[in-house]
Amino acid sequence: MQIYADNAATTRMPGAVIDVMKECMENIYGNPSSLHSPGQRAAEVLAQARESVALMIGAEPKEIFFTSGGSESDNQAIRSAALAGKRKGKTHLISTAFEHHAVLHTLRKLEGEGFEVTLLPVYENGIVRAEDVRNALREDTALVSVMTANNEIGTIQPVKEIGAACREAGVVFHTDAVQAAGHIGLDVKEMNIDMLSLSAHKFGGPKGTGALYVRKGVPLLPLIEGGAQERGRRAGTENIPGIAGMAKAFSLSMERLEENRAYVSGLRDALIEKLSEIPHARVNGDRERRLPGNVNFCFEGVEGESLLLLLDADGIAASSGSACTSGSLDPSHVLLALGLPHEVAHGSLRLTLSAENTMEEVEYMAAKIKHAVRYLREISPVWEELEKGERKHVI
Amino acid sequence: MLYSEKVMDHFQHPRNLGKMEDADGIGEVGNAKCGDIMKMYIKVENDIITDVSFNTFGCGSAIASSSMATEMIKGKPVEEALELTNKAVAEALDGLPAHKMHCSVLAEEAVRAAVQDYYDKKGMANEP
Repeated sequence: MQIYADNAATTRMPGAVIDVMKECMENIYGNPSSLHSPGQRAAEVLAQARESVALMIGAEPKEIFFTSGGSESDNQAIRSAALAGKRKGKTHLISTAFEHHAVLHTLRKLEGEGFEVTLLPVYENGIVRAEDVRNALREDTALVSVMTANNEIGTIQPVKEIGAACREAGVVFHTDAVQAAGHIGLDVKEMNIDMLSLSAHKFGGPKGTGALYVRKGVPLLPLIEGGAQERGRRAGTENIPGIAGMAKAFSLSMERLEENRAYVSGLRDALIEKLSEIPHARVNGDRERRLPGNVNFCFEGVEGESLLLLLDADGIAASSGSACTSGSLDPSHVLLALGLPHEVAHGSLRLTLSAENTMEEVEYMAAKIKHAVRYLREISPVWEELEKGERKHVI
Repeated sequence: MLYSEKVMDHFQHPRNLGKMEDADGIGEVGNAKCGDIMKMYIKVENDIITDVSFNTFGCGSAIASSSMATEMIKGKPVEEALELTNKAVAEALDGLPAHKMHCSVLAEEAVRAAVQDYYDKKGMANEP
């Protein structure tokens, strides 16, 4: 048995998406910049994809720039807004403590280049407060970047309110919507968004393709220099199969958005309920304001990587915020930002469900996870100390 | 694959796993903050380690390193156990990824700590 419960890492592509990409690879081989017919056929596919992606988020086609994925979109949005701000003497950037590394590392780099960065707290429930953003805004603030939904704990942020505060202050607002797109509804106009990052492979599209929405009138500087593709904002011959695949995957996700949301959140809630039966376990992140498929737990006295290996042996593909799975010494910065102590953050498990999962799988996973946690606690000296009262339970 | 077959075997089927109630020496190393704690128990008769067991909180390679270390010192004279190096543990496991080498270091330290505890209890000086 193979149960895939790591959809926040990446998703399986539906056959219809693969069909579109295959058709492009076989027949739409021209370069969209070429004048001849094969080139113009590719330009037509590109234009259709742009129109389709724009429609999904309530944007204009001209406001969509195709990139290599979420990381590139984040890098370009932040760097561009920072440099555009600097030209007007604005060198203050606002973001949050639990952003994706594509955002945090770009900000850190900019800090080294003379920018000042304020990272807002996300509180115990993993939700940023719009009033904190409002209070942090200054005369010299060039950009606010707050993710739409967190990649580890799935919490959905008050983007509309944050966007309104930024719009009022005349500050550019970027949101990393990589985890949200295709899973919850997005409307850039209604949500007061100036820049938005997308990644195709998080909603059934191919890896290596993404998009950046930039509201008309907001300047966008290129990250990659070269040809005049993407209206001079992103050089390089367009990845036509990838872009067409992304457009198809996005529209498929949006067609089934409500249906999937109801079904997948039902699976999520059932799994959360079953795993909550484990003593000294806790759900990370707000229970209500979270992505339909996100389940994130900490189990005291257990280390996450060994839990993942045991589950993998049972055919369950999951993920963890343990240091051991990241190659660094510290556990997930997201869990630490929630205020969890290191030793508890090491024992985290993330299961991200999709419409392909079933209730039978949820039951199987819950049973296997309970078993694995019990076993790892039996062999854990930390659990022994917790049980003896030599160490205090945190959860 | 991140881990060798040997590491996976020792992770999935750990040797000498569990607490020992009548241990002659107990060593605990690592800390929960870093995500690894190893606790090793030894039984000693006539300076020979006749039995050994362990409990570990940690990643796959930490559990496998503990398991391998117990196999390597079981039946050995106490002094020989002190010579066990982390490199030897890692090699016996057909290697560990670079960022997991500290797990084998913990295994070496756990053995030393257990032997030290045994010496302390016996009132003997540790002669390295």
